[in-house]
Amino acid sequence: MNFINTFTIALRAILLNKRRSFLTMLGVIIGVGSVVLLTSLGTGLQSYVKDQFDSLGSNVLYVVPGNPFANGGAGSENAILERTKPTLKVKQVQDILRQNRDTITDGSSTVLDTAEAKYSNVTKRVTLYGVDASYPNVLNSPASKGVWFSQSDSDRSKRVALLGTTIAEELFGKTDPVNKRIKLNGQAYVVVGVLESKGGSFGGPSFDDYVYIPINTLFDNFSSQTVNRFIFKVRNQEELGIAKANIEKTMLKDLKKEEFTVFDQTELLKTINNVLGVLTAGLGGIAAISLVVGGIGIMNIMLVSVTERTREIGLRKALGATPNVILSQFLIEAALLSIIGGMIGVLIAYIGTLAVQSFFPAKILPESIALAFGVSTAIGIIFGAAPARNAAKLSPIEALRSE
Amino acid sequence: MLLALKNVSKIYKLGDQEIRALNQVTVNIEEGEFVAVMGPSGSGKSTFLQVASLLSSTEEGTILLKEKNVTKYSEVELARLRNKEIGFVFQQFNLLARTSAIDNVALPLVYAGVGAAERRARAIEMLGKVGLSDRANNTPSQLSGGQQQRVAIARALINTPAIIFADEPTGNLDSKSGEDIKALLEQLHAEGKTIVMVTHEAEIARIAKRLILFHDGELIYDEKYGYNKHLKSQKTIEYVDMLKKTRKTPRLLFGKVTGK
Repeated sequence: MNFINTFTIALRAILLNKRRSFLTMLGVIIGVGSVVLLTSLGTGLQSYVKDQFDSLGSNVLYVVPGNPFANGGAGSENAILERTKPTLKVKQVQDILRQNRDTITDGSSTVLDTAEAKYSNVTKRVTLYGVDASYPNVLNSPASKGVWFSQSDSDRSKRVALLGTTIAEELFGKTDPVNKRIKLNGQAYVVVGVLESKGGSFGGPSFDDYVYIPINTLFDNFSSQTVNRFIFKVRNQEELGIAKANIEKTMLKDLKKEEFTVFDQTELLKTINNVLGVLTAGLGGIAAISLVVGGIGIMNIMLVSVTERTREIGLRKALGATPNVILSQFLIEAALLSIIGGMIGVLIAYIGTLAVQSFFPAKILPESIALAFGVSTAIGIIFGAAPARNAAKLSPIEALRSE
Repeated sequence: MLLALKNVSKIYKLGDQEIRALNQVTVNIEEGEFVAVMGPSGSGKSTFLQVASLLSSTEEGTILLKEKNVTKYSEVELARLRNKEIGFVFQQFNLLARTSAIDNVALPLVYAGVGAAERRARAIEMLGKVGLSDRANNTPSQLSGGQQQRVAIARALINTPAIIFADEPTGNLDSKSGEDIKALLEQLHAEGKTIVMVTHEAEIARIAKRLILFHDGELIYDEKYGYNKHLKSQKTIEYVDMLKKTRKTPRLLFGKVTGK
């Protein structure tokens, strides 16, 4: 009595009553489908966030006032408060650049504000991003049309601006914005360039939505007066640690330790990924409960099936089936139901992922599929064990005597 | 000697009460014999069949099959033995529903570990032997009672067992199909098969060559050897005489007389 024979018997039993088999599988289909789909959304998000960071350029160090990571982490109330503390000074960037010429290639201060932008008859509230002329060297933001403003433009607080792709389109439509004038809070600014698209930033303002002006211009004409952060580009991945230490040393000359924080992308990414990870796990956990329910469904149906087939089991035993053979037959039946249900679930999750991909980042990993397969098998075997054991333990005589 | 039961008892415990469905039964069956087992309901004839066909264990006594003592065999060993040496024919056919005749006949071969191609070939051959080659792919619901029983007999034969045990093989059949099955059993016996058949129909019992009689769990009469001396009583003699008489008249049910 080999495995193939038992397998064929089990498979045939499942195919014999397709409707019941399908209804039995339904719990597992839904369970696996939802777990795989939800985790694919989570992984998709995490991978999307990482891609966003990568597109900004790696090897970037950020310096912000206070400590946004304490007491709730980035994005919390505390972080926003910290950001507006007037601890960073523009001249500190120059100091740091001067002292770390071999490890740090360039740096810029940045500050955010808002203004009303107007071109011809289009008015729009925009986010102003005040930066140094060195900004494009730090964060990989080439101009697709026109040019970036120069350091002298910045020193003289010239009223020039670069537009993100989206803003350019919204204000100018198909017209070329370069060398045209826009009004920011009523003041005239010359558009010197349009930036390359950086892609959507899910759930937040995109770099394509900003209006970039020299930082000094912003300080002179708008309400924000404090630097939000510094950004520095480090030459090599390996030198990130050294650069970070040196920056901290320089900053400590003017400030106390708790008045600023230096971090690189990875920490930020880690924080975000942690949140996403917890979210994904939470959703996955809830979906996993439905998997358990699916398993219970299998167990119930198998119990009924064994009772209904008591006569048949008695006959098989009379003809030579040993208890182990009967046990294997029913275990394989349960496992098969579960595995087939799992695969259908994965298929549905895959279709769901494709459907959702147009407006939400979602990605199915091969690991998820392998895991779904493994879990399905386990569920089938675990929840099929009791019914299978009942079947194996039947006495041939009693079984043959039953209705 | 093919099958030997010596002082075999089947005991059920009900609380502190002991119920002997079989009590000290001794009987030997030679190769090629055709034995009819008769007795009223509750006589133990069905229990005897179960024990002799190794479906049920015994609490007392020994069983030898082909000279081997199989009394203390484990469940697994017994299953293997049944697969190899015993063929079953049931009153209710016990075919697998929604399964073709071929697959039904081949079932014992599945448990014997035979490969698919060989199973198919042997099943077709056996279906031919019982005259159902053209029904190979039919399921039980597409077959008459007589045809179903013939499929069951083909299944019982497929592993060339030592003994065929039949439990009221014509019980669920009309008289015409019953005749067909009778003829088939006679043919098998003529070919040398050993058959042990439980029946309550004298008409069917007639085709057997040896009659054994049960009553209240005791083997009271064995046609080959005469009465069980310890149990010979007036009542038993009357009993047996009536039976001997009825063996020669058609359709006389045990305990009941049906008019013709």
